[in-house]
Amino acid sequence: MTTLREINERCSALYEDLNFGYAREWKAAKPGRKVVGHMPFYVPREIIHAGGGLPLGIFGGGDQLEVIHGDAYYQSYICRIPRSTIELAVTKRLDFVDGMLFPSICDVVRNLSGMWKVMFPNVYAKYFDVPQNYRDDIGGTFYINELNELREGLGKLAGRRISDDEIRASIVLFNENRRLVREVYAFRAAQPWKAPAADVYLLMRAGMTLAVEEHNRMLREYLDAADKADARKRDNCRIVVTGAFCEQPPLNLVKSIELSGCYIVDDDFLLVNRWEQSDVAVEGDPLANLAHAYLHNSAHTAAKYEDTEKEKGMWLVDSVRKNRAEGVIFACPSFCDPALLERPMLQRVLAEHKIPFVAFKYAENSGQMQPIREQAGTFADSIKLWSVQ
Amino acid sequence: MNARAPKEVVKEASMLKQKEMISGNYAKLASAKEQGRKVVSTFVPGNLNELIMCFDLVNNLPEINAIQNGMRKKTGGYIMEAEKRGHSEDVCTYVKADLGMIAKGNLGPDGHPLPAPDALLLSYTGCFTFMKWFELVREQYKCETLMLHVPYEGDGHATKNMRDYIVKQLKEVIIPGLERVSGVKFDIDRLREILRESAKAESHFVWVLQSAKNKPSPIDAYFGGVYYVGPIFTAFRGTPDATEYYRLLRGEIEQRIANGQGPITPDGEMKEEKYRLVVEGPPNWTSFRDFWKMFYDEGAVVVASTYTKVGGVYDLGFRHDPDHPLESLADYCLGCYTNRNLPSRIDLIEKYVNEYEADGLLINSIKSCNSFSAGQLLILREIERRTGRPAAFIETDLVDPRYFSPANVKNRLESYLQMIEQKRRSGIAPPAAAMPGAAPAAAMQ
Repeated sequence: MTTLREINERCSALYEDLNFGYAREWKAAKPGRKVVGHMPFYVPREIIHAGGGLPLGIFGGGDQLEVIHGDAYYQSYICRIPRSTIELAVTKRLDFVDGMLFPSICDVVRNLSGMWKVMFPNVYAKYFDVPQNYRDDIGGTFYINELNELREGLGKLAGRRISDDEIRASIVLFNENRRLVREVYAFRAAQPWKAPAADVYLLMRAGMTLAVEEHNRMLREYLDAADKADARKRDNCRIVVTGAFCEQPPLNLVKSIELSGCYIVDDDFLLVNRWEQSDVAVEGDPLANLAHAYLHNSAHTAAKYEDTEKEKGMWLVDSVRKNRAEGVIFACPSFCDPALLERPMLQRVLAEHKIPFVAFKYAENSGQMQPIREQAGTFADSIKLWSVQ
Repeated sequence: MNARAPKEVVKEASMLKQKEMISGNYAKLASAKEQGRKVVSTFVPGNLNELIMCFDLVNNLPEINAIQNGMRKKTGGYIMEAEKRGHSEDVCTYVKADLGMIAKGNLGPDGHPLPAPDALLLSYTGCFTFMKWFELVREQYKCETLMLHVPYEGDGHATKNMRDYIVKQLKEVIIPGLERVSGVKFDIDRLREILRESAKAESHFVWVLQSAKNKPSPIDAYFGGVYYVGPIFTAFRGTPDATEYYRLLRGEIEQRIANGQGPITPDGEMKEEKYRLVVEGPPNWTSFRDFWKMFYDEGAVVVASTYTKVGGVYDLGFRHDPDHPLESLADYCLGCYTNRNLPSRIDLIEKYVNEYEADGLLINSIKSCNSFSAGQLLILREIERRTGRPAAFIETDLVDPRYFSPANVKNRLESYLQMIEQKRRSGIAPPAAAMPGAAPAAAMQ
């Protein structure tokens, strides 16, 4: 049986490997294999997989990458993730990547898709648009056609047409992945002392690199091992972290929140692995099924339009309730338009529901954690001391 | 502090016409409620002014309010107010200027109260922030929001799927929504008539922009250009007033070309054209006059700009088409400058540098506008590489006065102009600016 320590070590190694050795080996193992990178927050990984490709989440360079070239492409008032992504590319750390998908998350990532076309003209680079209209006959039709266009593009990369049956088979595998991810989240919410936030983060992050079949095995092993863990329950408060769905916080920040007395019982660090909140239907037209799941059964984040004010932020209130959280930490990257424009609206909703919150900003390469510990620690203390029981 | 006595600015007929149109729209807004008229707020890029007119709605444009307030030095206080209320210092200052204005009593730039809109027409074109902006404003007004999602031209062109998606939204969401809000039944023939009028103004407008191919250029296509775009980008496209404005403007410019005159500046006619520049990015509004003066004091005239394309890239041939009304609205929304991908933006700027015989490219990078700013350093490199002309970079903000540093901007601009001089002297770049007896550009409409 694989131990928690072994799983953590494997996940850490994958996280720290900015040369993406696993993906390189995966590609080299069989001629014709393709690796398709994607940025946060969501792409239909099923279609990449169905074409025999490996979806590879590119979530910036974190705090381990010294950004030299990337800074020459961005002004100081642009967030960190595009510059470290450029750094990864110009230093040839992504030279094995055959395609890159840029989801519709913000103007910076949108423009990065065009930069990719200019800088790496031999790489299939696609801005991947998603509907902001949620009617099946309007946004749904648009999205099915966009998915078809993506299927054709990835099919050209694969050198063959990607069939409906192949996509259905991939949906089955990714449904399993999402089920297991939800199980890990539920496990952590129930017994957060047995599933430290940093470990869960690394486990999820591994899923951005590993083949889905391998990640599914790893998730099962983790659930088995974590359940048997002998960990001491601390007198921490329970919080939800939100705002970190694109540029990722440094791992030390995740650890610092927990060390300062907060159990993270839900977060939005890597949404792509639980974007669809229940199984995507397998029978029938697979693209229509993916579209239906996107429109009616997907997570909420700032990149999505909320078409009624009444529903605004209710997903966050629901998460607090479902996970028995006592407060919310807004951890947003500096200069992140979606997260920072969204924040006051979410804060208003939390205030209306009398849910305490605190906010701070970070960059993926933030090194100084003392202010974070102080803020999160004070927040935890205030919840413990002053919240109405 | 400027100790000089304010100089009498010469107002041409077109300027007076535009002033009258703008104050007329603010007056309509101020009196809308008492006159029982419904108000819709919407954005400039991808605006559906012709459609709004079909429903007799009064058009309120929050970006324009922010610009007007910026030029009147009011936005600094509004932005501080919004930040005090929890809005991040990192985000769009148009948004904060708008929210701050609402928080401080919602007086419009002319000092009259702005009415609460009856609907927010969220034309989501070319800028992510628009979506959040109207979600934020919706909290204030609790009114209906009509979302028109315009897909981004990620591969550098519009597709049938994109166009069909927009048309379907127009038919099934936007038009029924505007009917509901206004109580007016949609009449497609009325829309056709208005679009026909739009196309007339658009052709005059393109002529105006392309007049800058002359040497000397009779216009400044950036600082002057932001005035020229006023009617066509806002509440007037499709009105006979807009057509009349451009007819007057065209006549004035024709006269200037015939006289071999340069652009009109706030200090009068620009005497000598020393440098011809293409500018990418919006201007700074809080120090607009000072910013412009830095250019005309040095004899630098902007012959083409990308900011004057945010409300439509008409010079590439697009015209609103009365024979295909909804499809034409869709194409208009899709083709706005910031909805075009970065390679298309680079191609357009390259074309401007070459066709307008510019000395180079100047980028005014805006701190709080990622839609424009992200990727501009690559644009700069590419334009230098492709054209062999020098490019330069300055940084300001839209309406946040804290981010306009006159000394830095002036210093960078002067260094850039010296660089152009040096290139000319070394024979690397031929002088592109006006030479005595230079012929006007041949291909004028």
